[in-house]
Amino acid sequence: MDWYRVYALVIKEFLAVLRNKASRMVLIGPPVIQLIVFSYAATFNLRHVPMMVYNEDTGGASRQLIARFQGSPYFALKGMLKSSRRVADIISDKQALMILRIGPRFSRDLALHRAARVELIIDGRNSNTALIALNDVNTVIQAFSTEWAGAHGWRAAPAVLVTRSWFNPNLRSRWFIVPGVVGLLTLVVAMLVTGLSVAREREAGTFDQLLVTPLNVWEILLGKALPGFLIGGLEATLIIVVAVLWFGVPFTGGVLALYLGLFLFLLAAIGVGLAISSASATQQQGLLGAFLFLVPAIILSGFATPIANMPVAVQYLTYLNPLRYFLVILRGVFLEGDGMGMLWSQYIPLLAIGLVTMTTATWLFRHRLT
Amino acid sequence: MNAQRLRGLIRKEALQILRDPSSIAIAFVMPFFLLLLFGYGVSLDARHVPVALVADHATAETSAFFAGFRQSPYFRPRTYADMAAARQALMERRVDGIIWLRSSFTRRAVRSATAPIGVIVNGVNANNARIIKGYVQGVWGLWLGTQAQERGESLVVPVDVRSRVWFNPALRSRDYLVPGLIAVIMTLIGALLTALVVAREWERGTMEALMASPATIAEILIGKVIPYFALGMGGMTLSVFMAIAVFAVPLVGSLWLLFACSALFLLTALGMGLLISTIARNQFVAGMIALVTTFLPAFILSGFIFDINSMPWPIRAITHIIAARYFVSTLQTLFLAGDVWPVIARNMAALGLIAVFFFVVVVRISHKRLD
Amino acid sequence: MDTPAPLLELHNVHKSFRVGKTRITAVADVSFLVRPGTITGLLGPDGAGKTTLMRLCAGLLVPNEGRVVALGFDSSKEAARIQQSVGYMPQRFGLYEDLTVQENLDLFSDLQGVPRETRAARYGELLRLTGLGPFGRRLARDLSGGMKQKLGLACTLVRPPRLLLLDEPTVGVDPISRRELWAIVSGLVEGQETGILISTAYLDEAERCGHVLLIHKGMVLEEGAPADFRERMAGRSFFATATGLSGRAIQAQVAGEEAFFDAVVQREGVRVVMRPGAHLPVLPGIAFVPVEPRFEDAFVERLRGVLAGTAGTAGTAGTAGTAGTAGTAGTAGTAGTAGTAGTAGTAGTANASDVMIEVRDLRRFFGSFEAVKSISFQVERGRIFGLLGANGAGKTTTFRMLCGLLPPSSGTLMVAGIDVRAAPAMARAHMGYMSQKFSLYGDLSVAQNLSFFSAAYGLKGTQRAARLRWAAEAFELAAFWDTNGNDLALGFKRRLALACALIHEPKILFLDEPTSGVDPLARREFWGRINALADSGVTIMVTTHFMEEAEYCDELVLMSLGSILAAGTPTEIRARVRTADRPNPTMEDAFVALIEEHEAQTRRAS
Repeated sequence: MDWYRVYALVIKEFLAVLRNKASRMVLIGPPVIQLIVFSYAATFNLRHVPMMVYNEDTGGASRQLIARFQGSPYFALKGMLKSSRRVADIISDKQALMILRIGPRFSRDLALHRAARVELIIDGRNSNTALIALNDVNTVIQAFSTEWAGAHGWRAAPAVLVTRSWFNPNLRSRWFIVPGVVGLLTLVVAMLVTGLSVAREREAGTFDQLLVTPLNVWEILLGKALPGFLIGGLEATLIIVVAVLWFGVPFTGGVLALYLGLFLFLLAAIGVGLAISSASATQQQGLLGAFLFLVPAIILSGFATPIANMPVAVQYLTYLNPLRYFLVILRGVFLEGDGMGMLWSQYIPLLAIGLVTMTTATWLFRHRLT
Repeated sequence: MNAQRLRGLIRKEALQILRDPSSIAIAFVMPFFLLLLFGYGVSLDARHVPVALVADHATAETSAFFAGFRQSPYFRPRTYADMAAARQALMERRVDGIIWLRSSFTRRAVRSATAPIGVIVNGVNANNARIIKGYVQGVWGLWLGTQAQERGESLVVPVDVRSRVWFNPALRSRDYLVPGLIAVIMTLIGALLTALVVAREWERGTMEALMASPATIAEILIGKVIPYFALGMGGMTLSVFMAIAVFAVPLVGSLWLLFACSALFLLTALGMGLLISTIARNQFVAGMIALVTTFLPAFILSGFIFDINSMPWPIRAITHIIAARYFVSTLQTLFLAGDVWPVIARNMAALGLIAVFFFVVVVRISHKRLD
Repeated sequence: MDTPAPLLELHNVHKSFRVGKTRITAVADVSFLVRPGTITGLLGPDGAGKTTLMRLCAGLLVPNEGRVVALGFDSSKEAARIQQSVGYMPQRFGLYEDLTVQENLDLFSDLQGVPRETRAARYGELLRLTGLGPFGRRLARDLSGGMKQKLGLACTLVRPPRLLLLDEPTVGVDPISRRELWAIVSGLVEGQETGILISTAYLDEAERCGHVLLIHKGMVLEEGAPADFRERMAGRSFFATATGLSGRAIQAQVAGEEAFFDAVVQREGVRVVMRPGAHLPVLPGIAFVPVEPRFEDAFVERLRGVLAGTAGTAGTAGTAGTAGTAGTAGTAGTAGTAGTAGTAGTAGTANASDVMIEVRDLRRFFGSFEAVKSISFQVERGRIFGLLGANGAGKTTTFRMLCGLLPPSSGTLMVAGIDVRAAPAMARAHMGYMSQKFSLYGDLSVAQNLSFFSAAYGLKGTQRAARLRWAAEAFELAAFWDTNGNDLALGFKRRLALACALIHEPKILFLDEPTSGVDPLARREFWGRINALADSGVTIMVTTHFMEEAEYCDELVLMSLGSILAAGTPTEIRARVRTADRPNPTMEDAFVALIEEHEAQTRRAS
């Protein structure tokens, strides 16, 4: 291994990536767009859920209940219904996501210390939204119930739930999504930097020029991999800083623990990138290969939906996915205050995957030369 | 418009599709693969959530309370001897939540003196945490009901909510994800495939030969649209079949309307693809642009997974120009709610406008010129 | 003489493009006519503006100034009418590769509105003309390069056009297919109704045209019948030989002579061209034999005149620099510095045992297909060695094995005394490689390209600095030191590629079709450098199917179907096909005859 030659190759790779307008755009454009889109648009926290109320009750209790919905940022009261005639249309036509119907005896039942019934009709077409909205409604009504019971001398419930959420007390989706975006973008950037580098040289014909120099296979591979590490690492650092300073995601764990994870993750990702790059003759094939790897890698990583919800066979498949482990490390370090000691169960599989992908890349690279 | 020329162009395109495995792959293998991946890989239905049950002082009352968790399909409870062990399990991600009954629970519950039940959830995955909280509340509510019954009392909660979920009473997330996914797939087939094949003609120099022939721009464009429209409808049929047969999504609305709406959406996607390839005459660039401007928005900004109403207003404004938004809404309605004309008419009008816009722009900026 | 009305008229056409912030003029003030019954040739090197002109004629581009009128239609107003009536074959004709020959023909018949009932007859005629008859059901992608071009031509001809525009139909096609294509094209104008405009970078194809336009940098340098050019040059071309002296040594003597404006080294002597009105000088020991003038002679004369005339005002250092040395035919003089001074002493005394490349029983299989069939040859130090062959003859495979880009299946391969199979990295340290595409990093500056390659070859410290300085001076690259590779003019790209290939002072230089499509002056400059390198002891290996380049070689090997069918000096190879009715065969004649004979034999044997 001649380090002087490797150094020259690394410098060349950097210049080739940074001096080209298109590839600069690829490195800056998608990360910025994805960071913004994911962080602002990808949220499971509902706000302004359009709702309507059909109030048949004339008493003050129902008005108090409605006032609670009006005061909540989670709901947007779109109107009051005068009859039940239009209920079906309103839900089907998506004029409101839900309708709260308060019966005529609501105030009277409450006055008589009887359970007063309200009815909630909710559009289940997007079942997740429906589920969350349902939860939010329950929270409002429960708060109302508890307060009402206390104020009007109802017998107390035998037990109440006192719920606390660890690591993310206000259950903000963004705290969950943004650390995930760090992993996602690091993967995308590493794949784009390395996945197209060999194919780009093949297309331009410079690959042959490179192969006729005394550089050997190891030196070329190292020269191709190092820029991926550096660019991937730098970009990850940048996003981490943005996550903490701009999005206010708490960073409670060890920096070293995170960077060890980042290094091992990059090893695995760059191995995949180089393998795709070595196998593809054109940049287009490289892009297609990267896409075919990225989509399942992201879906089956636990980035948006929990791995535990997947069928068991699919869950086993996720063990092959490096992003799966890195997301645990990221969220552990960001939110759960994990140090290195807590994360060995993630580091070791990452290292194993990295070694396998790097070996495959080397084999493919040598194989494609002959 | 010359019928012979148009027929020649369409036949050429059809032959190319038949001989080029990558077109077939994008139109049929990709939907298959994506549907399986998303259908099985993406689920928001938490089931068998591992929770730790801790009773500081185990009694018949605590067991009665915990029985609710043991019977629920949503939980996979494990009993821990004390809080320290349960905390450790939560830290190590072996459980997602802890239900903690203090030693005072039995005493206070019997005396109806409101015993606090400690619930701790791992809030990292906020959505999951919220769902778990909801499930815990459900178990708790049931327990309250049985308690009251046993004592021969009426329920002690002042307001009782009866909720009815329309269209998807079981709240199966797959039933709304799979129809939404069809929109994403159709975007991919329509825009990506069209963008790539037109860019390929530029790259290989065949476009120059077409340009120099008597064929008009309209004939060249229609000659592209018709075959890929047919291919896209083929991919659509496969996706609908898989949705119904493999994922058991009910189709409440009518099939003909589903295909009519899909046809209109496919036109917008094809228009988008043509527009991209007219701007970028290189397969690589066209592919990149198609992925960034169609696939990603169809995924994130269409309401397919994330609720549009909850997004900040600038992003909400952007979603209005994304065709997939209207199609996702149409598909979810058609599959789960039926032929709800007001929703469908509204969305189809928007799609029609977008399709017209794309085709007008494409025709205006396409010249039979190379500069 | 009764001249029929022209089919195509260009009047003061001007076309420029915006590239980034600058405007590039592709065609400047061009006027010409194309008449029926003639083949009008647009001749010029790559980048001269031929394709832009063709597209202007087809109505695919509209001129910024001036008018293009084809078949009576003005291209800026009635481009659609033009496209309905002319036949246009773009460069690398847009065949649909995944359609069969028949399906391609059907498509273009549909597009051109050929009625169904007349198709059968027309197809029969076209397939007979192009010899594609047996391949009707074959996919276009499975055709050879020559057959593809013929199919492209057939598709353009499905409805016989009155005006036919052919953009470099013979580029990248081997000499045999080139001849066949020209035979078809020549047949088309026999009826006196069709007019053809054809562009080419091969100057030797001028002879086949009825009217020729010389294009250089977007301008028409000169036009006329090929006979006019021949006449002008008659009696001015000679071949200079001297017993005991190599071509390069002779060139050194004739270089200073005012009488000649061009002197090109060939194997046994120097081809010289006199200035008009000059007298043949008497030089001791040198014999001048009159030879047939070539079209290139006229082009070079014209180019030298033009460049000398504009040298004072020409903006770029490049043209001025070339012009300075061009007048004396002494480009080799500048190139002398390109060699490595230290080894220059060994020039001409290369000793027979000094074998730099040795190939024995070299074979290469791809699956069960034997691409290279047990070939053997050797090359001595300081020789320029050519590897020739038609498309698919195995020359590229051989070349890649020699460079260490492809491992051989069996056989011995020694380069600079090192076994390439055993120690490829060591062998590569002695090699320089320049590919046809000048494979450089387009986004890196000249300096960054040179720095990278010098480091990749392990040059360090003062040695590296000295070589970088050398590259800047010898190749006149200093003015473009910080320019991106992509932004260089074609000629400077070639120089930079050569500089990169030579940065580590290799013992052997591999060149892959280095000067096809290059203008004659740039080619002279390039070969001047290469000759000087060979004199200084560098061994040169060239692969090409461009006959012009074959003439520059000391020795040649001609490959066909994976084996060597002829080896020797260019003269020896030409001599092998000399017959009574072909007393002076050209290199191309030799190439075509030998390969056709070999292919016929192989077919009989199998």
